[in-house]
Amino acid sequence: MFNIKKLYIYCLGVVTGIANGLFGSGGGIIAVPMLQKTGISVKKSHAASIAVTLPLSVVSAVFYSMKGTFQWKDAVVLIPFGLIGAVIGGFLIKKISNKMLRRIFGIILILAGGRMLLK
Amino acid sequence: MIWLYIAALLTGVFASLGVGGGMILIIYLTMFAGEDQLSAQGINLLFFIPIAVLSVIIHTKNRFIEWGKIIPAIITGIIGAIAGTFLAEYLGSVVIRKIFAGFILLFGIRELFYKEKESATSAENCSSCKQDSSQE
Repeated sequence: MFNIKKLYIYCLGVVTGIANGLFGSGGGIIAVPMLQKTGISVKKSHAASIAVTLPLSVVSAVFYSMKGTFQWKDAVVLIPFGLIGAVIGGFLIKKISNKMLRRIFGIILILAGGRMLLK
Repeated sequence: MIWLYIAALLTGVFASLGVGGGMILIIYLTMFAGEDQLSAQGINLLFFIPIAVLSVIIHTKNRFIEWGKIIPAIITGIIGAIAGTFLAEYLGSVVIRKIFAGFILLFGIRELFYKEKESATSAENCSSCKQDSSQE
C-alpha cells in the first residue's frame, strides 16, 4: 500500500545513511529536522536520530575498516575522552545557553569549512 | 597529543548536546593531526559508536525512542550508508574533503543564524508532547 508518511521515513533513512557513509558524520544533522517534520517532538527527535545513526555508523565503520581506511587503535584511544565529554555535556545541557553553543559551533564550522575549501 | 584528547572530549560534549559533534573530531584530525579525510571519517565513525550506545540506552530507559517509527529508517539507512561508503571510496579523500568543507560551511552558517524561538519552541514542545503522549 502506498503511504506518503512511510515513504518519507524510508527517504529519511536513505539520505541520513548516505551522509553518514559519505562524510563519516553529519547523519544526525539531517535526521533531526526530518524527524521533527513527522510530528516527533524536539527532544525525541534528537534521541531518535542517535538511535538511527548508531546502526548506520556500525555499518559504515565496518566498510571503512574493511577497506583499511583507518587504524582501530587511533579511534579506540579517543573513546574514553569522548565518553567523559558526553557526561560533561549531560551536565552542561542544563547550564549553557543553547543559542550560545550553536553560535560557537557555527563559527568553528565556518572557519574550518572556509579553510578547507581554500586549501 | 594532549590537544587530540581535548578534541575528543569536546566532540563528546558537542555530540551529547546533539549538535553534530563528530565534525569537530574530523576537523581536528585532518587539520592538526595530519590524518587523511577518509581515515578521519573512519576514526570518527568508530569513536561515535560507544557514545551512541550509551545515549541510546539512556534514551530508551527514559522512553524517548519510539522504535516502531524509526525501524524503517534504519533499514533504508543501512542501504544508504553502504552506498555512501562506496561513493566516498570512489570519489577519494581530496574530493570528499571539498564536499565536506561545503557541507560544514553551510551548516555553520545555519547554526550561526539559528534563531531560538523561546515561546514558539516551548509551545511546539508542548503540542508535540501532547501528540507524543497521545500516540503512546
